[in-house]
Amino acid sequence: MKLNLKIWRQKNRDSKGKIATYTVKNISKDSSFLEMLDILNNDLLEKGEEPVAFDHDCREGICGMCSLYINGKAHGPDSRVTTCQLHMRKFNDGETIYIEPWRAKALPIIKDLVVDRTAFDRIQQAGGYISVNTSGNTQDANLTPIPKNDADKSFDAATCIGCAACVATCKNSSAMLFVSAKVSQYAMLPQGRVEAKERVINMVKQMDKEGFGNCSNTGACEIECPKGISLENIAKLNREYLSATLSTK
Amino acid sequence: MKKYYFYYTIGRKVLMALSGFFLMVFLLQHLAINLLSVISPNLFNEVSHFMGTNKLIQFILQPILISGLIFHLIMGAILDYKNRNSRNTNYSYNKNDNSTWVSRNMIITGTMVFLFICLHFYDFWIPEINTKFVNGDWSGLHHGEFKYFSELQHKFQDTWRVLLYSISFIFLSLHLLHGFQSSFQSVGIRNSSTTPLLKKLSIYYAILVPAGFVFIAIYHYIDQLII
Ligand code: HEM
Ligand code: SF4
Ligand code: FES
Repeated sequence: MKLNLKIWRQKNRDSKGKIATYTVKNISKDSSFLEMLDILNNDLLEKGEEPVAFDHDCREGICGMCSLYINGKAHGPDSRVTTCQLHMRKFNDGETIYIEPWRAKALPIIKDLVVDRTAFDRIQQAGGYISVNTSGNTQDANLTPIPKNDADKSFDAATCIGCAACVATCKNSSAMLFVSAKVSQYAMLPQGRVEAKERVINMVKQMDKEGFGNCSNTGACEIECPKGISLENIAKLNREYLSATLSTK
Repeated sequence: MKKYYFYYTIGRKVLMALSGFFLMVFLLQHLAINLLSVISPNLFNEVSHFMGTNKLIQFILQPILISGLIFHLIMGAILDYKNRNSRNTNYSYNKNDNSTWVSRNMIITGTMVFLFICLHFYDFWIPEINTKFVNGDWSGLHHGEFKYFSELQHKFQDTWRVLLYSISFIFLSLHLLHGFQSSFQSVGIRNSSTTPLLKKLSIYYAILVPAGFVFIAIYHYIDQLII
């Protein structure tokens, strides 16, 4: 395949970026999207040009590092996959492909297609944990009986990989789907109930502080989420927030 | 506790939804009374007179309604401003096919509804206030008869007004197509078993209620054409 690439290039956080055009040739339909970018970067290096910076790590859909807004969609045209799992057979020979970084004030661009997602880390640190004694006498979590249904729902929420596609696709750059997954995951388990109130308030506080937008319930996040995190979690987050704030002074 | 509702995103959306619920309930009541004008002009006159002169309604419920509306409008503008500011560079290519137009453009449909409310106040509310509070006339009479029905008829003789009213209600319908179900999500009521029902109810409410108002306007317009 021969492809026309329109890629966002930006030197650093403070510089102004712009779209640059490249052509890549001899791309196999079976290669992954990131492999296609690797090939482009090899070409660029050979020509003595600066390669395109992009994020990736596991390349098997579990770490959440790969991002990219491809042809107007988070993680490209395929549904329920991350960019590392996107294959070139989803594109046509001769096609023009737009590749842009996630865009949100709270996720500033570091370089080219790489964005700073530490805002998510700070939200997580604000309450996305349970406090347990790890001195060596830690009780086995399985000693606490948990209804299967709750355990399943909690696990579904826990599959969020923190990729931020939800923020990227949301017209408000809202992080509600991410935060709701992290809050629900604990809210449905007895171990998580203990600190549930402080958790939801502190995580929402941090989310606001980072400058993410409000939720308008457009539902775009749910559609683009590679892990299928459901909007139900946002309703759950809202419930948790309401009950926590109504019972806190 | 106030800070959790006025300053934090989720709290703001809860208040937005509550004011939305309140306005939607009011709209049902308004529609019910307007429908009387089609069924029985006399009954419409009497109920309108009651609504217009009852002290509880005039001095307690009406101010609450207007504050609710103003709150909804200002909070809507604040939310929209914050949301627009959460992204400084737009995508050069964005498909936007994962959400509906109505859900993305509540501020546009809302603003159109606001413009309509201005016209509506100019048509009915300001003359009412003028008669009651400036001229001190609480009788509701004009030439010895209740004026409400004849005033309504008079307004809906005008083709342009009927057209403007009808178009405005299309915008209200669009606003509610998203707003109705969204408000349940905002207060956390929605889950996988209630979502399909809420979506259905949303469509019924958002289409039937505005259609009811349009029907009334067109009914009176045609009614007077025939005479
Ligand atoms: C006066 C003009 C109005 C303006 C400027 C306005 C503006 C808005 C905006 C911007 C939103 C979206 C908030 C967000 O999701 O971030 C909204 C939501 C909503 N509006 Fe309005 N609106 C107006 C009138 C009305 C009226 C008359 C009704 C009902 C009869 C109504 C019912 C709703 C409902 C139910 C919601 C959904 C709340 C939620 O998502 O939780 N609005 N409005
Ligand atoms: S909710 Fe989905 S889209 Fe958002 S960060 Fe988690 S996995 Fe990514
Ligand atoms: S590189 Fe790990 S999810 Fe894509």
